[in-house]
Amino acid sequence: MKELVDLLRKNARLSNEQLSTILGISAAEVAEKIKKLEDDGMIIGYSAIINEEKLDKNAVTALIELKVSPQVECGYDDVAKIISQYDEVDTVQLMSGSFDLAVIIRGTKLRDVAMFVSDRLATLDGVLSTTTHFILQRYKEKGVDFAGDSADERSLVSP
Amino acid sequence: MDYDKLLSDTVKEVKFSGIRKFFDIAATVENVISLSVGEPDFKTPWAIRKEAIRTLEKGKTAYTANSGLIELRRTISSYIERKNGLKYDPEHEIIVTVGGSEAIDCAFRVICNPGDEVLVPEPSFVCYAPLIKMAGGIPVTVELSIKNKFRLTPEDLKGKINERTKAIVFPFPNNPTGAVMRRNDLEKIAEILRKTDILVISDEIYSELTYGNDKHVSIAELEGMKERTIHISGYSKTFSMTGWRLGYLAAPEPIASQMLKIHQYGIMSSPTISQYAAIVAMNDCEEDVQRMKNEYDARRRLVVKGFNDMGLTCFEPEGAFYAFPCIKSTGLSSQEFCAKLLQSKKVAIVPGDAFGESGEGFVRVSYAYSLAHLNTALERIKEFVNELKG
Repeated sequence: MKELVDLLRKNARLSNEQLSTILGISAAEVAEKIKKLEDDGMIIGYSAIINEEKLDKNAVTALIELKVSPQVECGYDDVAKIISQYDEVDTVQLMSGSFDLAVIIRGTKLRDVAMFVSDRLATLDGVLSTTTHFILQRYKEKGVDFAGDSADERSLVSP
Repeated sequence: MDYDKLLSDTVKEVKFSGIRKFFDIAATVENVISLSVGEPDFKTPWAIRKEAIRTLEKGKTAYTANSGLIELRRTISSYIERKNGLKYDPEHEIIVTVGGSEAIDCAFRVICNPGDEVLVPEPSFVCYAPLIKMAGGIPVTVELSIKNKFRLTPEDLKGKINERTKAIVFPFPNNPTGAVMRRNDLEKIAEILRKTDILVISDEIYSELTYGNDKHVSIAELEGMKERTIHISGYSKTFSMTGWRLGYLAAPEPIASQMLKIHQYGIMSSPTISQYAAIVAMNDCEEDVQRMKNEYDARRRLVVKGFNDMGLTCFEPEGAFYAFPCIKSTGLSSQEFCAKLLQSKKVAIVPGDAFGESGEGFVRVSYAYSLAHLNTALERIKEFVNELKG
């Protein structure tokens, strides 16, 4: 199971047939295992890793640090759930350390992101403060090197 | 200046390898997807790199003993004992060399008198025959056949051994075929060699990359064979350390002590920083090696099936990181197939005849690449084969 998950983690587009060849089990078995992983909520979705700057050179991504005052009974969950509902929000995580929620936001302009933070996040009940960090350059995401195959410094042909 | 008169006839007669020629062609085509590289795509495991950095920081930049750091030779000795159950004296029977290549060169030079013959099973790595010639010997080709999965059989040796035969090269696991010799295959050859004074030059650089349940067996492990074997290996493939230029040989003392002269006068000592790092590699990196091996194994299955599915029969390679599919069904020669594939689909693979005439009709495909890269390349080769079929 772990081998299958590791393969999908790196490349979710491998076909069941390819996975069956790599793992040395039948394609039907692969399909069955993937279904179980999905049903059990171990695989919750599939997505592409996009080089946003190539797609739209004005695109901005920001990491927002949120300090939140936890609420009785539900702690940080309610605030996190509200934030998760916005389309602009890519990732919401509860963190250890000097702040509480890490939120990654994607926007088409710098201003959009800044306004979203001040209008939507800072105003939420329980949010004490926000710190916005704009992402300047991405080098690696989900195990994929943005330099791609050009990082291969080996000679084209060798014995 | 008459350069022609200046230069050695022996060296001039040696040809550049077919791989070199193919590289020159491939370099002229833009945006080539290559499956032609004979080295790992993984970076050297971090623990090894860290040790090299530490060695530099400590300023350990002097020569080592000619045969290598004694700590490293002890490590090699226990490594070989762990892997193959063989005992070599680190003081007198092990030399740390500049890659496996230097060990191979020393092996030919230590045995060859002018006119001595050395048997070279082919297809195999390109360096053997040229190095034998430059050592004054005569390479005698032993053609391996697909019908034996490119393993060496007693029949292949028929008519090849005579009173001038000094040694046989043992290139398994094999580059380019991926063939391995299992214990019972080795036993049949050992039976012939035990009655002779023929030395085995066993190039086991890919030994750790043997797939399936059975691990690699060195011919030296067989009864009576250690005394007639030079065991050669290195760090390049196992630990992804090609650029560190480090290998080693283990041989009976009477041979090793003579080889040391060649190494000492030609090289002095192998790179010091690499030697310190190699101790860490052998002691602490078993897990890294296993991880890389598993990854190669996954790619191997994908590539072999890919070729079989497109109608180019590919026998199952059980070692190294190459597949060696047969392209005879296309009606093209290996050279034509590779040249056309390069021109029309920009995929570079190496013609099988670059590894000896018996490689004609085959192509070498390296799977030392990511799965995504392999999939793209296989897709293009499939298109190419379909277009050939018309």
